[in-house]
Amino acid sequence: MEDKDKKIESLHLKLIPYFEKYGILLLLVLMILVMHILQPDVFLSWRNVTNVFKQISWQSMLALGVFMVIVTAGIDLSVGSIMMLSLMILAVVAKAGAPWFIVVLTPLIAGFLCGLFNGLGITLLRMPHPFIMTLGTLYIFRGAGNLISGGTPISGFTDEVRYLGHGRIDLQWLGLEKSQYLPVSLVLIAIVYIIFWIFLNKSKTGKWIYAIGGNPNAARASGINVNKILVIVYSLCGFLSGIGALILAGRTDSGYPNAGLQSELDAIAACIIGGASFFGGRGTVLGVFAGVMIMGILRNGLNLMDVSSFWQQVLIGSIIVLAVYIDVLRRDIGTRK
Amino acid sequence: MSTTINPLLEAKGITKYFGTITALENVNLKVHAGECLGVVGDNGAGKSTLMKVLSGLYKPSSGALFFQGKEEILESPRDSQNLGLEMVYQDLALAGNLPIGENIFLGREPTKNLGFLKLLDFNKIKELTNAHLDKLKINVKSADQKVEELSGGQRQAVAIARSTAFNAKVVIMDEPTAALAIKEVGKVLDLINSLKKTGVGVIVISHRMDDIFTVCDRVMALFQGTNFAEAKLSNTSRDEVIGWIMGKK
Repeated sequence: MEDKDKKIESLHLKLIPYFEKYGILLLLVLMILVMHILQPDVFLSWRNVTNVFKQISWQSMLALGVFMVIVTAGIDLSVGSIMMLSLMILAVVAKAGAPWFIVVLTPLIAGFLCGLFNGLGITLLRMPHPFIMTLGTLYIFRGAGNLISGGTPISGFTDEVRYLGHGRIDLQWLGLEKSQYLPVSLVLIAIVYIIFWIFLNKSKTGKWIYAIGGNPNAARASGINVNKILVIVYSLCGFLSGIGALILAGRTDSGYPNAGLQSELDAIAACIIGGASFFGGRGTVLGVFAGVMIMGILRNGLNLMDVSSFWQQVLIGSIIVLAVYIDVLRRDIGTRK
Repeated sequence: MSTTINPLLEAKGITKYFGTITALENVNLKVHAGECLGVVGDNGAGKSTLMKVLSGLYKPSSGALFFQGKEEILESPRDSQNLGLEMVYQDLALAGNLPIGENIFLGREPTKNLGFLKLLDFNKIKELTNAHLDKLKINVKSADQKVEELSGGQRQAVAIARSTAFNAKVVIMDEPTAALAIKEVGKVLDLINSLKKTGVGVIVISHRMDDIFTVCDRVMALFQGTNFAEAKLSNTSRDEVIGWIMGKK
């Protein structure tokens, strides 16, 4: 009898980590199924699927950056503004006639520097919470973006600059039709997510990011330079927002003042839906990807069904609450009582 | 005998100010190899501050630390760890979201090279963890278990295992039994005794006279941030030590 109990208990112990890691994927698969049943002809068509990936391309970069910050129990409200400022700098540099490889680098450097500014502000100025520093820079960076561009859109980039956001990988050599191409942005998402998965799970710095979120005092007592790691995390978050800007430049062929408005909230929502905890130390890269996909598919599916964007807002809000409630339930099963 | 050689760790004239508050004033302390020093004192007597100075978390306002007779300046906990000086904090300083093994090696993870990448060696972490836990006779289900799933006693054991995983010469423990169930106290005290036998110098901060009189060889009392009294355990009594804590000689 006792043996049997033990077996069940050990089975639980074995299953819970998998459920914690992959539970959110079930929700994603379920959503895909429902959308497919509702829109059998369109939803899973090549064209629509690539469309979804193109739509989530830049958001997925912002979400990944914000995710790392949330793992440290911080928050970055400025990612939308970092992206807009990086985009505007790109547009100004492109209009000034700089060669494409310079233009492509500018948003990455600008994004990184904005993130560095956040990180240094939070640690050196000893801000009581990252919320305050990044709330400040949410305004500062967007204001700066409007100052350098005069608050007007700047359009027209070369094909090289637009490649990551707009490029297509032809698959006709596989016997597919011309319309069945692979968006370059999808490949970029895959590469960036894999790199950051390795970074967060297999490197010392990545492990320390989780440790800081779990217990900053433990990290400090272990000789980890917590402030240095935080500066790295916010800088990388800015860098990813810069990649987002480069993708957006390709997609829209334009730098415009409203770029990324409120996208910081979408990024936070994707992380939360994907199972990241505001208390830090919890969440996976795969979960963030699922969170981004869930939001993208929801928007896409509702558009296909011609549901008004007002209802989309209501539904996305509901999904956030529902996803966190599922998380609460699954934690109840998982933790020792 | 042990007084003729240098103590493992010696603190001389440690003073620490926090703004206008004097937390420690001219405090001296020493511990020899294989010896356990008990540090007692009321709340606010300066015990925790002294331990944080010893571990490199705080820099003393004045005074000096000597390790095996040589003066050392500690810039961070990493420096004290490199000397073989380890700390077990009262709040245990474990990251609950990480597994046992990753907590034990936190900040000092073994890595392997994969081309130009330096990746964590999880197999080695697991292997070393199991061997180390076996050596200390600490029982847990698996080295992969998250620390937040453990009992208080198991967490304390992990914290002690963590402090001794890198050939520690001095281990400082802040209230090692305070948060434990009675049946777990004995195990932790046994662990301290076996550490002493391996030649480790142990400093135990505790309110519990049972702890002090079970494992310590010498006891010193802090009172209002100063050295108040010190004696070999064989030359004192529980009542006298309790008197010291309250500032009576």
